[in-house]
Amino acid sequence: MLFWQILIDGFAISSLYALGATGFALIFGVSGVLNLSHGALMVTAVVAAWAAGDQLHAGPYAGAGLGVGVGLAASMLTYFLIVRPLQQSRKIREEEKEIFILTATLLWGIMIQELIAYLYTNNAKTVAPIVEGVVSIVGVRTPSNEIFTAVVCWLVIAVLWLLVNRTRAGKAVLAASMNPRGVTLLGIELSQVYIAVWAIYGVLVGIAGVLLGMFLGVSSYSVGPLTASAFSIVVLGALGSVSGALIAAYVVGYLETLTAYLISPAYRTIPALLLLVAVMYVRPQGLLGRR
Amino acid sequence: MSKFVSRGISATLSASAAVVALTLATPSYAQSNEPIKIGVIAEAQAVAGSSIPQAAQMAADEINAKGGVNGRKIEIVSYDDHSSAAEAVRAFQRAANEDHVNAVIASYISEVVLALEPWTGRLKTVMVTPGAASDVITQNIAKDYNNLKYTFHGYLTSTSLADQVCAAAQDLLVNNLHMKSAVVMSEDAAWTTPLDEEYLKCLPKIGMKVIDHIRFSPDTTDFTPIFNKIEGEKPDVMVTGISHVGVQPTVQWKQQEVPIPMIGVASQATNSSFWNDTNGATEGVLYQAVSGPDVAVTSKTLPFVNAFKAKYGNFPSYCGYTAYDEVYYIADAIKRGGTDPDKLVDALEKTDYVGTIGRVQFKGKDSPNPHALKIGADTITGLMLQWQNGKQVNLWPPGVANGKLKFPPFIKLGSAD
Repeated sequence: MLFWQILIDGFAISSLYALGATGFALIFGVSGVLNLSHGALMVTAVVAAWAAGDQLHAGPYAGAGLGVGVGLAASMLTYFLIVRPLQQSRKIREEEKEIFILTATLLWGIMIQELIAYLYTNNAKTVAPIVEGVVSIVGVRTPSNEIFTAVVCWLVIAVLWLLVNRTRAGKAVLAASMNPRGVTLLGIELSQVYIAVWAIYGVLVGIAGVLLGMFLGVSSYSVGPLTASAFSIVVLGALGSVSGALIAAYVVGYLETLTAYLISPAYRTIPALLLLVAVMYVRPQGLLGRR
Repeated sequence: MSKFVSRGISATLSASAAVVALTLATPSYAQSNEPIKIGVIAEAQAVAGSSIPQAAQMAADEINAKGGVNGRKIEIVSYDDHSSAAEAVRAFQRAANEDHVNAVIASYISEVVLALEPWTGRLKTVMVTPGAASDVITQNIAKDYNNLKYTFHGYLTSTSLADQVCAAAQDLLVNNLHMKSAVVMSEDAAWTTPLDEEYLKCLPKIGMKVIDHIRFSPDTTDFTPIFNKIEGEKPDVMVTGISHVGVQPTVQWKQQEVPIPMIGVASQATNSSFWNDTNGATEGVLYQAVSGPDVAVTSKTLPFVNAFKAKYGNFPSYCGYTAYDEVYYIADAIKRGGTDPDKLVDALEKTDYVGTIGRVQFKGKDSPNPHALKIGADTITGLMLQWQNGKQVNLWPPGVANGKLKFPPFIKLGSAD
């Protein structure tokens, strides 16, 4: 019974981690940006979806739609306001740009966090679920919303996979992640690829955020932990590798669930962090690293 | 002098500066037409805390409209502590040393109030808390009365909170529904330590066996494993102590359709916005409070609630009621005793004021909890409310009840039998 409980709960939470980390990995893979405002963008999407229901009295679908839209807008704003000016700056030396962008996105995330706390308080927000009720799976009373979360996550990941591997634009993105100079030689504008990637990332962040808001809820305090979890999943899987991030998301999700059920919910995140440290020692390139 | 000293130094040096300030400052308590200043240090970014400065301002405006205190207006000076004890201490120092407030109303978080408490003695500044609960606040006063007598506990102690939950549970759950067992589930925080201790004592006395006692981290986001464990133990009810968390356990309780009812102290549930914050998941949640939006605890309660709603657009949180009363009885004490801190303490100790939450009287110097509120039928009884269809309905005590106990369909009563 406990076995099935852990299997089902772990699957839902892992799917959500996978979706959240995929976008994070994609951005790094293509443009080398470690976006430390990731958690803040997710929380922004949740708060928008919550506010749509709470203040504009929108239905669950409209609320979710608005959340994803705001996630996309916040992502584009991050790119144009924070990341791009630094990438194009002539005052910063090329090899220092990564650390500048890292710091800038971290500060940007903190600004968003404070703004949300100021405008909407630091109390937790939840998004009205699209599906309600529970179903019994092998005797485990499972919220339908949990199944919905897992299904949507995998649908979105599948669509992303098709987009990257089956469309011309997607192939350009893939090529850019392998060899940015080669792509420019083919006549593809690299900045166009970046915009496309940040747009995809924004949609992924929006969907992941809204699903998280329906499933567990978030507050402005969640900004740091959400960024940290995406970061550790992506480092664990191999920086920039989307498939590595997917596998790592399941490793982390199940490790956390096992800890929460078998040891104590208070120690939930600790074993995954220890694993991360261990991987750093033994296999610094990550689980699926190529280098 | 003290102003320049404390302005120039960094926060780490402020402790020694305060000592300097104490020895150098010779505050003048001249009766003039200068306004009476009341500092309000609160968590403006938290739903519960945001009502504190709002309610205090409302009380001040009302008193000023009627001519003030002995011809002096009341001025509220607000500080946001961002739920941080360190920021609250800095605000308190600034309030006392630079803004020269006559009294401070501070915080709903016990950790914050416990950090401020020694400073009330060092800076000889009266402080009343509208929402912290830990018994340790008043136990400290008993240990060091001469230094800490400037602290007053304007809200119930955790022990009193637990006792009220037990008294209500006895009527509503034991006598009515024949419940026999409970699991105590509280967040790990300063205020829940004495709360849980008292739960473990008073629940068996009302005939409820405590099967398990769970303390979880306030950082918990996924409550599934906790609910799962509790459900496996088959208690009749979960008895809660939650304040820093609230929305997440409630939403997940509903989403997972955990068939066990929740009763207890759930501070966030006292907020009128809690229904929308949880998208209605709070239906059926039972929570203790000293006041409720539709409950005429005294003749002052409903006029306050309605005026607050008209002014700010939402109902006050639990510490809005207490903060509002506090401005009134601080003003009353200043009227009787003046603004000299020691005389103000004497006057506050003699407080006998009927406010929005009941009749306010403080326990004396010889009590184990000096300056805690007196609790009982002729002072403050407390209430037990339940969320029903978007409304906070009061069920207990019977005299002021305006509804009947009702649970959502997924709750299975008596699942233990």
